[in-house]
Amino acid sequence: MGTPLVVSEVAKSFTMHLRDGVRLPVAANVSFAVKAGECVVLGGPSGVGKSSILKMLYGNYGVDEGQILMEHDGRLVNLASAEPRTVLEVRRTTLGYVSQFLRVVPRVSALDIVAEPLQARGVAAAEARERAADLLSKLNLPKELWVLPPATFSGGEQQRVNIARGFITDHKILLLDEPTASLDAKNRAVVVEMIAEKKAQGTALIGIFHDAEVRDAVADRIIDVSEFSPRKHAA
Amino acid sequence: MSAVPLLKVKDVSKFYGSRIGCRNVSFELYPGEVLAVVGESGSGKTTLLSCLSTRLMPSSGIIEYHMRDGQYRDLAHMGEAERRFLMRTDWGFVHQNPADGLRMTVSAGANVGERLMAVGDRHYGNIRASANDWLRRVEIGEDRIDDQPRAFSGGMRQRLQIARNLVTSPRLVFMDEPTGGLDVSVQARLLDLVRGLVHDLGLAAIIVTHDLAVARLLSHRMMVMKDGAVIEQGLTDRVLDDPREPYTQLLVSSILQV
Repeated sequence: MGTPLVVSEVAKSFTMHLRDGVRLPVAANVSFAVKAGECVVLGGPSGVGKSSILKMLYGNYGVDEGQILMEHDGRLVNLASAEPRTVLEVRRTTLGYVSQFLRVVPRVSALDIVAEPLQARGVAAAEARERAADLLSKLNLPKELWVLPPATFSGGEQQRVNIARGFITDHKILLLDEPTASLDAKNRAVVVEMIAEKKAQGTALIGIFHDAEVRDAVADRIIDVSEFSPRKHAA
Repeated sequence: MSAVPLLKVKDVSKFYGSRIGCRNVSFELYPGEVLAVVGESGSGKTTLLSCLSTRLMPSSGIIEYHMRDGQYRDLAHMGEAERRFLMRTDWGFVHQNPADGLRMTVSAGANVGERLMAVGDRHYGNIRASANDWLRRVEIGEDRIDDQPRAFSGGMRQRLQIARNLVTSPRLVFMDEPTGGLDVSVQARLLDLVRGLVHDLGLAAIIVTHDLAVARLLSHRMMVMKDGAVIEQGLTDRVLDDPREPYTQLLVSSILQV
């Protein structure tokens, strides 16, 4: 159980067919590993491909080359070539993701959005809602909001719903795309604390944090993503 | 997660004379999986759905269904009676226009109860109780059970059609533009309902839609069709976030942002 995630020589480019087939290289030779209980931060300037790497790890972006190996259910899965249903199964039990923006579902309450990943793992609705309520109060989301669909929430409120949803399960690998970007100091501190708890539980975390204070508080190691810039590997 | 597919589709083509309806479509659908088929009008989505649901006979190819007895049966070699029985029990078909899937001149309760009688239920009290239960689940008031769907709004008719289809606990549901023609607030309610039901009942579903937001919300996997062929398929958010084919990129970039 030492190293739940190994990324090996991954390369990715976009071909923009609507722009005369222009090829946009995003990353090349991406290789790193994350140990259990470790928080690795992807660093480097904007536009260097940090979010793209997270999306490849989650399966939202396909990859052109290389392997993304995850320990899942006692075996090794290469997410880069896995069938859709395998990817979904890995997401359900092994791989969590806190995206930058919450994708709201019409008519579903904040509480149910947070509870859903637990219910998907077979936890009873009442228990899942209770855990969701714990997390939302920890993140200081006003109780009046819990029963409302988050479409009308502020950016910071939506983000806290998103964080609660990502942290509610005990996924072994957790991807964090700027989870603290629109939070105030008090709630940033809560998230830092939640990340520390995950680390103590042996979760492997890979995150993007632009806030230097948060980054310094959670990072065990910073990977400079400009190392994977395709220009560097060109020729 | 079940290990064997519910539906196995291999090289299915349908020609209307020399015109292509759909060609060489292959995929497998597992229990609990929701597959969205997207593409513009005339791309072959509905032809494919009709072939899969035995409403049309494919010109070539094999469609096999995993029956409740554990055997795979080739749909083309099934007798008419057996196929109809399958349609009435193990499958559901939700039409874009509810009038195509409902009997407009009998009551809402009878519309739901009729499917139960088709599978041999004869006890009036049980049938009415089931019908009531299903009307409640699709958010149609108990006081409307004796009304005819003619007196219902478009959104209510669509919800009634869904109740009628799901009352026999099917394992596979086909949906042809289930939210087409509904205004957005009604559509949101229906989407939420379908999403919940698919999740709670562990249904497999094949949903034909031209609305990528509907596909994103409801489906696990997606197939993009153009000129009768599947040009791209994969995990729904992979296809939508990282479309590869020129036509898919065009589709995705054509979505209006609100």
